[in-house]
Order: sequence, then C-alpha cells, then structure tokens
Amino acid sequence: MRRAKAALLLLLALAVLMLVAFVPSAPSIAVEPNEVLVDPVLEARARALSKNIRCLVCQNQSIDSSNASLAKDLRVIVRERLIAGDNDIQILDFLVARYGDYALLKPPIKPTTYALWYGPGVLMTLGFFAVIVFLARRRKIVRPDPLDAAEAARMVQLMDQDREPTE
Amino acid sequence: MNRLIYILPLLLFAGLAAYFATPILQGKNPHTLPSAMIDKPAPLRPLEPLLSSKPGLGPTSLTGDVQLVNFFASWCGPCRVEHPLLMQIAAAKTVPLYGVNYKDAPEAAVNWLAQLGDPFERIGRDGDGRTGIEWGVYGLPETYVVDRAGRIQYRHVGPLSRQTFEETIMPLVNRLREQNE
Repeated sequence: MRRAKAALLLLLALAVLMLVAFVPSAPSIAVEPNEVLVDPVLEARARALSKNIRCLVCQNQSIDSSNASLAKDLRVIVRERLIAGDNDIQILDFLVARYGDYALLKPPIKPTTYALWYGPGVLMTLGFFAVIVFLARRRKIVRPDPLDAAEAARMVQLMDQDREPTE
Repeated sequence: MNRLIYILPLLLFAGLAAYFATPILQGKNPHTLPSAMIDKPAPLRPLEPLLSSKPGLGPTSLTGDVQLVNFFASWCGPCRVEHPLLMQIAAAKTVPLYGVNYKDAPEAAVNWLAQLGDPFERIGRDGDGRTGIEWGVYGLPETYVVDRAGRIQYRHVGPLSRQTFEETIMPLVNRLREQNE
C-alpha cells in the first residue's frame, strides 16, 4: 500500500515537471519597428519564418529573437524576399545555400539526419522490448514449478520439525 | 557469452564518449561552422573601391590566380590580431590578398588601414553586408581561398594564425595552382 502511494506521488511530481517544461516562456522579440511590414499577412509569415531561422552569431537564438546585426540583416532579407513574392521554401533554400542546414533551427529530414530524427525512437523501442523480455524472464524465475507430492510431503515434514522446539 | 551482454552498455558508452571527446581534445571550436559555399562560385557583385588609389572588386577580379579574400572591418577586434600576419603575407607576395570591408564606415576603414598598414591588392566596400551574406559570412574576420575559376575552396573563420596559413592555406593554394595549370 505504501509503495503504491510512493509511486503515485512520483508520477504526480513527474507530471508537474512536464507541465512546467511545456509552459511556453514569454517570447522575446528583437524585430525593430522600422522592420515591420505594412501587410499584416506578410509580416505574420515573416515572423513565423524567422522563428525557425538560426542566428549564426548567437547560434541558439532565432533571428526573430536575436539583436545581433547579422540577425537584423537576415530579417530584412526575409521580408524583402516575401515582398518579392518568394514562397517560404524558396526563402529557406536561399539561406541554406549560403549558411548550410545549420541556418535552420529544425534540421531537415534526410539520410544524413535519419540517426538524429529516428535514433531516439529506435532506441526507445529497443529499450521497451528489452524491459518486456527482462520482466517476462523474471516472472519465470519468481514462479518455480509447483512441488510434486513427494516434495510437498517433505516440506510439511520439515516445517513440523521446525515448529516443535519452540512449543 | 551472457557476461558479454553486461559489458555491452559500458562499451557503447565508451565509444560514444570517445566520439564526443575527440573534437574537444583536439581543441576544435564548436562555434566554427563549416562553409556551405565550398566549391560554389564566389558570389560577387561589383564592390566600389574603398580607396581611390586601389581598385575595388568585381565579378571578374577573382579569376586568373588563386587568391585569398579577407572580410575585415575597423570595428572588428580580432581583425587587428591577424593584421600583422596579413601584412607579412602581402610583403612575401606568395598569394594575392583581396579585402572586403564589411559593414564599415569608409573613413574609419581608411584610418584603420593608414594606422596599421594596407596588405590588400584590391579592397571592395560591402557597406550593407549583403555580399557578406551571399558568401555565408557570420563572424569577422573570415578568410576565403578562391581558385582560378572563381570558386570558393576554403574558409577560415576568426583571426588567421601563422600555423593555419602555413599548414593549411598555402598547401591548398599550391595544390589549386597546380590543378588548373
């Protein structure tokens, strides 16, 4: 009963941790007023695109949240190309051609990144099966073959022997 | 056989640790990015000259010989560090050295060169940094090796060291010269 309670508590603590981890932190914005496009639709596309483009100077920030001068230049280029009528893929391709896949905060799925994208899933599945096999084997060990008649009789005899001196 | 299974996780971990430790022990800077422009034509729209006494850079300036193209700016601290080496390279005349003055005020750049010396054969002005973006520049100084056909063959990010120049760049320059002859 106590173990069940402890397990429940642990689960609850984990759930709270995960909730905290997934609450989005307040987004920091570096877009300057004079960069903002008049057309709200294009501006929204620019913001969405910028969030997935890495600032090559600060490297773990998107150009949408970075104050670096290169990030500003890239934001302006994204907007210029939107106005010129480029679609989202053309804009990202423009940056990838110059800065490599590293310019994208979300790496593309291709043969060289299969290990990155699918590796964790494969490991998790393997681990899952390993745990199942382990548990199945342990159950076998915990439940030995039932005693046959002779063994049962011998056990009763042994237990009776033990009991006598204490009485 | 069963024993081996218990050692397997340890071996896997050791392999992974060795894989991750190697670049750290070799002193590689994880912030240095590989260039996506290797083997691509160096993009060059006409860049106006920084100095009236020296030509700027244009689409045709990067053919002929193998050359180094150095992105620099007067506001860039590390550029000052590599400058003496650039002066020596220029004095030795082993390889043409071209400069791109990146997002800099012209007067500041001219003063900077007057003070520290001018190692470049040509200097183009990239005032808005667009040429830098075309080349994939992200952190000054950057030095590129451009072959005779005008293709980028190598990029070095950060101040150039004598070791990098002598052990990596010059052998590459010589190799490229032989290739195209």
